[in-house]
Amino acid sequence: MGCMATAESFVLAIGTKKGLWLATSQDRQQWSFSGPHFLMSEIPSIAIDTRDGRTRIMVGVRSEHWGPTVAHSDDLGATWSEPEQGAITFPVDTGAAVERIWQIYPDAESRPGVVWAGAEPISVWKSTDGGEHFELNRGLWDHPHRSEWGAGYGGAAAHSIVVSPAGDKVHIAMSTGGVYRSLDGGTSWEPRNKGISAYFMPDPNPEFGQCVHKIAADAAVDGRLYAQNHHGVYRTDDNGENWNSIAEGLPADFGFVMLTHPRREGTAWVVPLKADGERIPPDGKLAVHRTDDAGGTWKRLDTGLPGHEYNSVLRDAASVDTAEPAGVYFGTRGGTVFASADEGETFREVASHLPDVLCVRAAVLSGAAASGA
Amino acid sequence: MLLPSILQPLAGGRPVLTAPAAGPLTVASLLDAVTGGYPVLGRRLRDETGALRRFVNIYVDGDEVRRLHGLDTEVAPGQEVLIIQSVAGG
Repeated sequence: MGCMATAESFVLAIGTKKGLWLATSQDRQQWSFSGPHFLMSEIPSIAIDTRDGRTRIMVGVRSEHWGPTVAHSDDLGATWSEPEQGAITFPVDTGAAVERIWQIYPDAESRPGVVWAGAEPISVWKSTDGGEHFELNRGLWDHPHRSEWGAGYGGAAAHSIVVSPAGDKVHIAMSTGGVYRSLDGGTSWEPRNKGISAYFMPDPNPEFGQCVHKIAADAAVDGRLYAQNHHGVYRTDDNGENWNSIAEGLPADFGFVMLTHPRREGTAWVVPLKADGERIPPDGKLAVHRTDDAGGTWKRLDTGLPGHEYNSVLRDAASVDTAEPAGVYFGTRGGTVFASADEGETFREVASHLPDVLCVRAAVLSGAAASGA
Repeated sequence: MLLPSILQPLAGGRPVLTAPAAGPLTVASLLDAVTGGYPVLGRRLRDETGALRRFVNIYVDGDEVRRLHGLDTEVAPGQEVLIIQSVAGG
Protein backbone atom coordinates (compact mmCIF):
# COMPACT_ATOMS: atom_id res chain seq x y z
CA MET A 1 0.00 0.00 0.00
CA GLY A 2 2.83 2.36 0.83
CA CYS A 3 3.87 2.98 -2.74
CA MET A 4 0.38 3.44 -4.13
CA ALA A 5 -0.74 6.89 -5.05
CA THR A 6 -3.84 8.06 -3.24
CA ALA A 7 -6.80 6.88 -5.25
CA GLU A 8 -9.06 9.64 -6.42
CA SER A 9 -12.53 9.03 -7.70
CA PHE A 10 -15.63 11.03 -8.34
CA VAL A 11 -19.29 10.80 -7.49
CA LEU A 12 -22.07 12.47 -9.43
CA ALA A 13 -25.62 12.71 -8.10
CA ILE A 14 -28.53 13.53 -10.38
CA GLY A 15 -31.85 14.44 -8.81
CA THR A 16 -34.82 14.30 -11.17
CA LYS A 17 -38.56 14.63 -11.13
CA LYS A 18 -38.87 10.86 -10.72
CA GLY A 19 -35.91 9.75 -8.68
CA LEU A 20 -32.20 9.94 -8.03
CA TRP A 21 -29.35 8.51 -10.06
CA LEU A 22 -25.82 8.18 -8.72
CA ALA A 23 -22.67 7.66 -10.75
CA THR A 24 -19.05 7.07 -9.91
CA SER A 25 -15.98 7.50 -12.06
CA GLN A 26 -12.23 7.19 -11.81
CA ASP A 27 -11.49 9.64 -14.61
CA ARG A 28 -14.62 11.83 -15.02
CA GLN A 29 -15.00 10.35 -18.50
CA GLN A 30 -16.60 6.95 -17.93
CA TRP A 31 -19.36 6.84 -15.32
CA SER A 32 -20.94 3.86 -13.67
CA PHE A 33 -24.56 4.48 -12.71
CA SER A 34 -26.93 3.22 -10.05
CA GLY A 35 -30.60 4.07 -9.77
CA PRO A 36 -33.24 5.12 -9.81
CA HIS A 37 -33.22 5.55 -6.08
CA PHE A 38 -36.52 6.91 -4.67
CA LEU A 39 -38.35 6.06 -7.90
CA MET A 40 -41.39 8.29 -8.46
CA SER A 41 -40.27 10.87 -5.91
CA GLU A 42 -38.73 14.12 -7.03
CA ILE A 43 -35.26 14.98 -5.74
CA PRO A 44 -35.01 18.79 -5.76
CA SER A 45 -31.96 19.02 -3.49
CA ILE A 46 -28.76 17.07 -2.93
CA ALA A 47 -25.60 17.59 -0.89
CA ILE A 48 -22.49 15.46 -0.95
CA ASP A 49 -20.76 16.10 2.35
CA THR A 50 -17.17 14.86 2.35
CA ARG A 51 -16.19 16.40 5.68
CA ASP A 52 -15.40 14.48 8.82
CA GLY A 53 -13.77 11.54 7.04
CA ARG A 54 -16.91 10.17 5.46
CA THR A 55 -19.01 10.72 2.37
CA ARG A 56 -22.60 11.46 3.26
CA ILE A 57 -25.10 12.03 0.50
CA MET A 58 -28.15 13.93 1.69
CA VAL A 59 -31.23 14.33 -0.46
CA GLY A 60 -34.44 16.25 -0.26
CA VAL A 61 -37.14 13.84 -1.39
CA ARG A 62 -40.69 14.76 -2.28
CA SER A 63 -43.52 12.49 -3.26
CA GLU A 64 -46.72 13.98 -4.63
CA HIS A 65 -48.57 11.53 -2.44
CA TRP A 66 -46.45 11.05 0.65
CA GLY A 67 -44.90 14.48 1.08
CA PRO A 68 -41.35 15.73 1.59
CA THR A 69 -38.56 14.28 3.66
CA VAL A 70 -34.76 14.24 3.95
CA ALA A 71 -32.76 11.03 3.63
CA HIS A 72 -29.06 10.34 3.83
CA SER A 73 -26.66 7.61 2.80
CA ASP A 74 -23.13 7.01 4.08
CA ASP A 75 -22.41 4.22 1.57
CA LEU A 76 -22.90 5.95 -1.78
CA GLY A 77 -26.55 5.04 -2.00
CA ALA A 78 -26.39 1.35 -1.08
CA THR A 79 -28.61 2.08 1.91
CA TRP A 80 -30.60 5.15 2.97
CA SER A 81 -31.68 6.40 6.36
CA GLU A 82 -34.47 8.73 7.31
CA PRO A 83 -34.81 10.11 10.83
CA GLU A 84 -38.06 8.78 12.27
CA GLN A 85 -39.47 12.16 13.21
CA GLY A 86 -38.23 13.81 10.01
CA ALA A 87 -35.10 15.91 9.60
CA ILE A 88 -36.98 19.07 8.63
CA THR A 89 -40.41 19.66 10.12
CA PHE A 90 -41.95 22.92 11.24
CA PRO A 91 -42.51 23.46 14.95
CA VAL A 92 -46.18 23.20 15.93
CA ASP A 93 -46.51 26.88 16.83
CA THR A 94 -45.77 27.97 13.25
CA GLY A 95 -48.80 26.15 11.87
CA ALA A 96 -46.73 25.50 8.75
CA ALA A 97 -45.79 22.35 6.91
CA VAL A 98 -42.77 21.73 4.70
CA GLU A 99 -43.66 21.51 1.05
CA ARG A 100 -40.25 20.94 -0.55
CA ILE A 101 -36.58 21.01 0.46
CA TRP A 102 -34.89 23.26 -2.10
CA GLN A 103 -31.36 23.38 -0.82
CA ILE A 104 -28.99 21.38 1.38
CA TYR A 105 -25.72 23.17 2.02
CA PRO A 106 -22.86 21.71 4.03
CA ASP A 107 -21.06 24.49 5.89
CA ALA A 108 -17.29 25.04 5.86
CA GLU A 109 -14.67 22.35 6.45
CA SER A 110 -13.93 23.99 9.79
CA ARG A 111 -17.50 23.43 10.96
CA PRO A 112 -18.07 19.71 10.35
CA GLY A 113 -21.56 18.55 11.15
CA VAL A 114 -23.09 21.92 10.34
CA VAL A 115 -25.49 21.72 7.42
CA TRP A 116 -27.91 24.39 6.27
CA ALA A 117 -31.12 23.91 4.34
CA GLY A 118 -33.54 26.12 2.45
CA ALA A 119 -37.15 25.14 2.04
CA GLU A 120 -40.60 25.99 0.83
CA PRO A 121 -42.44 27.78 2.37
CA ILE A 122 -39.62 30.34 2.55
CA SER A 123 -37.47 29.15 5.42
CA VAL A 124 -33.87 28.48 6.39
CA TRP A 125 -32.79 25.62 8.62
CA LYS A 126 -29.59 24.56 10.34
CA SER A 127 -28.35 21.20 11.49
CA THR A 128 -25.39 20.56 13.77
CA ASP A 129 -25.54 16.76 13.51
CA GLY A 130 -24.63 16.21 9.90
CA GLY A 131 -28.10 16.81 8.49
CA GLU A 132 -30.13 14.40 10.60
CA HIS A 133 -32.10 17.07 12.48
CA PHE A 134 -32.54 20.69 11.48
CA GLU A 135 -33.76 23.66 13.44
CA LEU A 136 -35.89 26.40 11.94
CA ASN A 137 -34.16 29.77 11.66
CA ARG A 138 -36.56 31.92 13.67
CA GLY A 139 -35.04 35.23 12.66
CA LEU A 140 -36.03 34.68 9.07
CA TRP A 141 -39.30 32.91 9.85
CA ASP A 142 -40.49 35.81 11.99
CA HIS A 143 -39.14 38.48 9.62
CA PRO A 144 -41.52 41.44 9.24
CA HIS A 145 -41.20 41.26 5.45
CA ARG A 146 -42.61 37.74 5.30
CA SER A 147 -46.12 38.72 4.29
CA GLU A 148 -44.71 40.65 1.32
CA TRP A 149 -42.56 37.84 -0.05
CA GLY A 150 -44.00 36.13 -3.09
CA ALA A 151 -43.83 32.90 -4.99
CA GLY A 152 -41.95 32.28 -8.19
CA TYR A 153 -43.38 29.83 -10.68
CA GLY A 154 -41.75 26.91 -8.87
CA GLY A 155 -42.99 27.92 -5.43
CA ALA A 156 -41.93 30.28 -2.64
CA ALA A 157 -38.61 29.10 -1.29
CA ALA A 158 -35.24 30.01 0.11
CA HIS A 159 -33.05 28.32 -2.47
CA SER A 160 -29.53 29.72 -2.04
CA ILE A 161 -27.40 29.80 1.10
CA VAL A 162 -23.85 31.14 1.24
CA VAL A 163 -21.95 31.17 4.53
CA SER A 164 -18.69 33.12 4.87
CA PRO A 165 -15.55 31.24 5.91
CA ALA A 166 -15.71 32.78 9.40
CA GLY A 167 -19.38 31.88 9.70
CA ASP A 168 -20.52 35.36 10.66
CA LYS A 169 -21.94 36.46 7.32
CA VAL A 170 -24.76 34.47 5.76
CA HIS A 171 -26.35 35.44 2.46
CA ILE A 172 -29.50 33.75 1.29
CA ALA A 173 -31.64 34.24 -1.80
CA MET A 174 -35.33 33.59 -2.11
CA SER A 175 -37.83 33.67 -4.92
CA THR A 176 -39.39 36.06 -4.61
CA GLY A 177 -37.89 38.37 -2.04
CA GLY A 178 -34.31 38.61 -3.23
CA VAL A 179 -31.10 38.52 -1.24
CA TYR A 180 -31.14 38.73 2.54
CA ARG A 181 -28.01 39.01 4.62
CA SER A 182 -27.15 38.21 8.20
CA LEU A 183 -24.04 39.59 9.87
CA ASP A 184 -24.55 37.61 13.06
CA GLY A 185 -24.43 34.06 11.80
CA GLY A 186 -28.11 33.90 10.94
CA THR A 187 -29.77 35.53 13.93
CA SER A 188 -31.08 38.64 12.17
CA TRP A 189 -31.64 39.38 8.49
CA GLU A 190 -31.74 42.46 6.26
CA PRO A 191 -32.50 42.68 2.52
CA ARG A 192 -29.49 43.50 0.33
CA ASN A 193 -30.68 44.05 -3.23
CA LYS A 194 -29.43 47.51 -4.18
CA GLY A 195 -28.75 47.46 -7.90
CA ILE A 196 -30.71 44.29 -8.66
CA SER A 197 -33.64 44.94 -10.97
CA ALA A 198 -37.19 43.85 -10.30
CA TYR A 199 -38.51 45.08 -13.64
CA PHE A 200 -41.71 43.10 -13.09
CA MET A 201 -42.74 45.25 -10.10
CA PRO A 202 -44.30 48.73 -10.08
CA ASP A 203 -41.10 50.05 -8.49
CA PRO A 204 -38.31 48.30 -10.41
CA ASN A 205 -35.76 49.05 -7.67
CA PRO A 206 -37.38 47.97 -4.42
CA GLU A 207 -35.54 47.21 -1.22
CA PHE A 208 -36.70 43.62 -1.56
CA GLY A 209 -39.02 41.58 -3.76
CA GLN A 210 -36.50 40.70 -6.45
CA CYS A 211 -36.54 37.29 -8.05
CA VAL A 212 -32.90 36.35 -7.59
CA HIS A 213 -32.51 32.88 -9.06
CA LYS A 214 -29.14 31.88 -7.60
CA ILE A 215 -26.21 33.36 -5.70
CA ALA A 216 -22.70 31.99 -5.22
CA ALA A 217 -19.61 33.28 -3.43
CA ASP A 218 -16.28 33.98 -5.06
CA ALA A 219 -13.79 31.36 -3.96
CA ALA A 220 -11.07 33.74 -2.87
CA VAL A 221 -12.32 37.31 -2.50
CA ASP A 222 -14.02 38.06 0.78
CA GLY A 223 -17.30 39.89 0.34
CA ARG A 224 -17.64 39.09 -3.37
CA LEU A 225 -20.72 37.24 -4.57
CA TYR A 226 -22.34 36.67 -7.94
CA ALA A 227 -26.07 36.54 -8.72
CA GLN A 228 -28.12 35.23 -11.60
CA ASN A 229 -31.32 37.21 -11.44
CA HIS A 230 -34.66 36.94 -13.22
CA HIS A 231 -33.07 38.99 -16.02
CA GLY A 232 -29.74 40.34 -14.88
CA VAL A 233 -26.37 38.96 -13.86
CA TYR A 234 -24.65 40.80 -11.02
CA ARG A 235 -21.63 40.96 -8.76
CA THR A 236 -21.15 42.51 -5.38
CA ASP A 237 -17.76 43.24 -3.83
CA ASP A 238 -19.09 44.48 -0.51
CA ASN A 239 -21.23 41.66 0.86
CA GLY A 240 -24.31 42.75 -1.03
CA GLU A 241 -24.31 46.45 -0.18
CA ASN A 242 -24.16 47.20 -3.92
CA TRP A 243 -24.77 44.93 -6.89
CA ASN A 244 -23.41 45.82 -10.33
CA SER A 245 -24.29 44.28 -13.66
CA ILE A 246 -21.79 41.87 -15.20
CA ALA A 247 -24.15 40.76 -17.96
CA GLU A 248 -22.28 42.47 -20.78
CA GLY A 249 -20.78 39.87 -23.09
CA LEU A 250 -23.43 37.25 -22.37
CA PRO A 251 -25.94 36.32 -25.11
CA ALA A 252 -28.78 36.79 -22.60
CA ASP A 253 -29.11 37.90 -19.00
CA PHE A 254 -31.81 35.39 -18.06
CA GLY A 255 -31.07 32.02 -16.55
CA PHE A 256 -31.05 30.10 -13.31
CA VAL A 257 -27.53 28.79 -12.75
CA MET A 258 -24.66 30.51 -10.94
CA LEU A 259 -21.56 28.47 -10.14
CA THR A 260 -18.23 29.60 -8.76
CA HIS A 261 -14.82 27.96 -8.78
CA PRO A 262 -13.85 26.00 -5.68
CA ARG A 263 -10.53 27.87 -5.31
CA ARG A 264 -9.81 30.42 -8.02
CA GLU A 265 -10.67 34.08 -7.71
CA GLY A 266 -12.93 35.59 -10.33
CA THR A 267 -14.15 32.40 -12.00
CA ALA A 268 -17.87 31.74 -12.37
CA TRP A 269 -20.18 29.92 -14.77
CA VAL A 270 -23.71 30.68 -16.00
CA VAL A 271 -26.03 28.94 -18.44
CA PRO A 272 -27.95 31.71 -20.24
CA LEU A 273 -31.54 31.29 -21.37
CA LYS A 274 -33.05 33.68 -23.86
CA ALA A 275 -35.69 35.37 -21.73
CA ASP A 276 -38.38 35.10 -19.11
CA GLY A 277 -40.94 34.60 -21.87
CA GLU A 278 -38.67 32.30 -23.89
CA ARG A 279 -36.96 29.89 -21.54
CA ILE A 280 -34.71 28.17 -24.02
CA PRO A 281 -31.00 28.55 -24.78
CA PRO A 282 -30.54 31.56 -27.09
CA ASP A 283 -31.21 30.43 -30.70
CA GLY A 284 -31.76 26.92 -29.34
CA LYS A 285 -28.01 26.51 -28.93
CA LEU A 286 -26.98 25.38 -25.48
CA ALA A 287 -23.79 26.91 -24.09
CA VAL A 288 -22.17 27.48 -20.74
CA HIS A 289 -20.40 30.80 -20.25
CA ARG A 290 -17.43 31.25 -17.96
CA THR A 291 -15.76 34.34 -16.66
CA ASP A 292 -12.25 34.31 -15.26
CA ASP A 293 -12.19 37.99 -14.41
CA ALA A 294 -15.19 38.31 -12.12
CA GLY A 295 -17.62 39.11 -14.90
CA GLY A 296 -15.48 41.52 -16.93
CA THR A 297 -15.52 39.15 -19.90
CA TRP A 298 -17.28 35.87 -20.68
CA LYS A 299 -16.15 32.90 -22.74
CA ARG A 300 -18.70 30.77 -24.58
CA LEU A 301 -18.21 27.04 -23.89
CA ASP A 302 -20.15 24.63 -26.08
CA THR A 303 -17.68 21.98 -27.21
CA GLY A 304 -19.39 18.64 -26.81
CA LEU A 305 -22.84 20.12 -26.32
CA PRO A 306 -25.62 19.26 -28.80
CA GLY A 307 -26.30 21.31 -31.92
CA HIS A 308 -29.71 22.23 -30.62
CA GLU A 309 -31.38 22.13 -27.24
CA TYR A 310 -34.74 23.55 -26.27
CA ASN A 311 -34.80 22.53 -22.64
CA SER A 312 -33.85 24.84 -19.81
CA VAL A 313 -31.34 24.23 -17.03
CA LEU A 314 -32.74 24.79 -13.54
CA ARG A 315 -30.99 26.65 -10.73
CA ASP A 316 -29.61 23.65 -8.89
CA ALA A 317 -29.20 21.39 -11.90
CA ALA A 318 -25.54 22.39 -12.11
CA SER A 319 -22.49 21.87 -9.96
CA VAL A 320 -18.73 21.99 -9.80
CA ASP A 321 -16.41 19.51 -8.13
CA THR A 322 -13.26 20.41 -6.22
CA ALA A 323 -10.70 18.64 -8.42
CA GLU A 324 -7.90 20.36 -10.31
CA PRO A 325 -8.94 21.32 -12.92
CA ALA A 326 -12.47 21.68 -11.60
CA GLY A 327 -15.25 19.61 -13.10
CA VAL A 328 -18.46 21.26 -14.28
CA TYR A 329 -21.73 19.33 -14.48
CA PHE A 330 -25.26 20.22 -15.48
CA GLY A 331 -28.53 18.65 -16.54
CA THR A 332 -31.51 19.79 -18.56
CA ARG A 333 -35.24 19.51 -18.13
CA GLY A 334 -35.01 17.11 -21.05
CA GLY A 335 -33.12 14.65 -18.89
CA THR A 336 -29.66 15.00 -20.38
CA VAL A 337 -26.61 15.45 -18.15
CA PHE A 338 -23.29 16.84 -19.35
CA ALA A 339 -19.94 16.72 -17.58
CA SER A 340 -16.69 18.56 -18.14
CA ALA A 341 -13.40 17.58 -16.54
CA ASP A 342 -11.70 20.78 -17.71
CA GLU A 343 -13.72 23.66 -16.28
CA GLY A 344 -16.16 23.67 -19.17
CA GLU A 345 -13.74 23.68 -22.11
CA THR A 346 -15.15 20.35 -23.31
CA PHE A 347 -18.31 18.57 -22.29
CA ARG A 348 -19.38 14.96 -22.60
CA GLU A 349 -22.93 13.67 -22.38
CA VAL A 350 -22.99 11.29 -19.42
CA ALA A 351 -26.72 10.55 -19.18
CA SER A 352 -29.75 11.12 -21.35
CA HIS A 353 -33.48 10.44 -21.46
CA LEU A 354 -33.80 10.79 -17.70
CA PRO A 355 -36.80 12.62 -16.19
CA ASP A 356 -36.43 16.42 -15.81
CA VAL A 357 -33.16 17.11 -14.01
CA LEU A 358 -33.80 19.21 -10.88
CA CYS A 359 -30.48 18.98 -9.05
CA VAL A 360 -26.93 17.92 -9.85
CA ARG A 361 -24.04 17.63 -7.40
CA ALA A 362 -20.56 16.22 -7.80
CA ALA A 363 -17.68 15.57 -5.45
CA VAL A 364 -14.19 14.16 -5.30
CA LEU A 365 -13.67 11.10 -3.15
CA SER A 366 -10.19 10.26 -2.06
CA GLY A 367 -8.46 7.43 -0.24
CA ALA A 368 -10.70 5.27 1.90
CA ALA A 369 -13.88 7.05 0.87
CA ALA A 370 -13.12 6.31 -2.78
CA SER A 371 -12.80 2.60 -2.17
CA GLY A 372 -16.07 2.57 -0.29
CA ALA A 373 -14.36 1.56 2.96
CA MET B 1 -56.77 0.07 8.81
CA LEU B 2 -55.69 -1.32 5.44
CA LEU B 3 -52.47 0.00 3.91
CA PRO B 4 -51.55 0.11 0.24
CA SER B 5 -48.62 -2.18 -0.57
CA ILE B 6 -46.26 0.76 -1.13
CA LEU B 7 -46.64 1.81 2.52
CA GLN B 8 -46.48 -1.62 4.10
CA PRO B 9 -42.68 -1.63 4.48
CA LEU B 10 -43.10 1.40 6.77
CA ALA B 11 -45.38 -0.69 9.01
CA GLY B 12 -43.03 -3.61 9.42
CA GLY B 13 -44.47 -5.25 6.31
CA ARG B 14 -47.99 -5.46 7.74
CA PRO B 15 -50.91 -4.88 5.39
CA VAL B 16 -53.39 -4.24 8.20
CA LEU B 17 -52.99 -2.22 11.37
CA THR B 18 -55.50 -2.39 14.18
CA ALA B 19 -56.16 -0.32 17.26
CA PRO B 20 -58.09 -1.35 20.36
CA ALA B 21 -61.25 0.69 20.84
CA ALA B 22 -63.83 0.58 23.60
CA GLY B 23 -66.08 2.94 21.68
CA PRO B 24 -66.03 5.06 18.52
CA LEU B 25 -62.79 6.71 17.47
CA THR B 26 -62.12 9.45 14.98
CA VAL B 27 -59.98 8.87 11.92
CA ALA B 28 -57.40 11.20 13.48
CA SER B 29 -57.21 9.27 16.74
CA LEU B 30 -57.13 5.99 14.85
CA LEU B 31 -54.19 7.32 12.83
CA ASP B 32 -52.51 8.43 16.05
CA ALA B 33 -52.96 4.95 17.49
CA VAL B 34 -51.83 2.89 14.51
CA THR B 35 -48.91 5.09 13.44
CA GLY B 36 -47.61 5.73 16.96
CA GLY B 37 -45.08 2.96 16.54
CA TYR B 38 -44.43 3.83 12.91
CA PRO B 39 -43.64 7.56 12.83
CA VAL B 40 -42.35 7.55 9.24
CA LEU B 41 -45.64 6.01 8.10
CA GLY B 42 -47.44 8.72 10.08
CA ARG B 43 -45.51 11.45 8.25
CA ARG B 44 -46.37 9.94 4.86
CA LEU B 45 -50.08 10.28 5.62
CA ARG B 46 -50.24 13.60 7.48
CA ASP B 47 -48.01 16.66 7.49
CA GLU B 48 -46.63 18.19 10.68
CA THR B 49 -49.75 20.27 11.22
CA GLY B 50 -51.76 17.06 11.37
CA ALA B 51 -53.46 17.66 8.02
CA LEU B 52 -54.08 14.74 5.73
CA ARG B 53 -51.75 14.99 2.72
CA ARG B 54 -53.54 16.24 -0.36
CA PHE B 55 -53.28 13.09 -2.44
CA VAL B 56 -53.86 10.60 0.36
CA ASN B 57 -57.42 9.35 0.49
CA ILE B 58 -58.95 7.59 3.47
CA TYR B 59 -62.18 5.65 3.12
CA VAL B 60 -64.48 4.66 5.96
CA ASP B 61 -66.99 2.07 4.84
CA GLY B 62 -66.45 3.09 1.25
CA ASP B 63 -66.80 6.84 1.75
CA GLU B 64 -63.85 9.19 1.36
CA VAL B 65 -63.47 11.07 4.62
CA ARG B 66 -63.19 14.48 2.93
CA ARG B 67 -66.85 14.01 1.97
CA LEU B 68 -67.70 13.12 5.56
CA HIS B 69 -66.11 15.00 8.46
CA GLY B 70 -62.48 14.78 7.41
CA LEU B 71 -60.18 13.47 10.10
CA ASP B 72 -62.98 13.97 12.63
CA THR B 73 -65.05 11.29 10.89
CA GLU B 74 -66.12 8.63 13.37
CA VAL B 75 -64.93 5.08 13.11
CA ALA B 76 -66.94 2.46 14.99
CA PRO B 77 -65.28 -0.59 16.53
CA GLY B 78 -64.88 -3.25 13.85
CA GLN B 79 -65.15 -0.81 10.98
CA GLU B 80 -62.64 -1.03 8.17
CA VAL B 81 -60.61 2.00 7.14
CA LEU B 82 -58.87 1.99 3.79
CA ILE B 83 -55.93 4.15 2.75
CA ILE B 84 -55.44 4.66 -0.98
CA GLN B 85 -53.22 7.07 -2.84
CA SER B 86 -55.21 9.18 -5.27
CA VAL B 87 -54.50 9.33 -8.97
CA ALA B 88 -52.02 12.17 -9.30
CA GLY B 89 -48.86 13.18 -11.06
CA GLY B 90 -47.57 12.54 -14.54
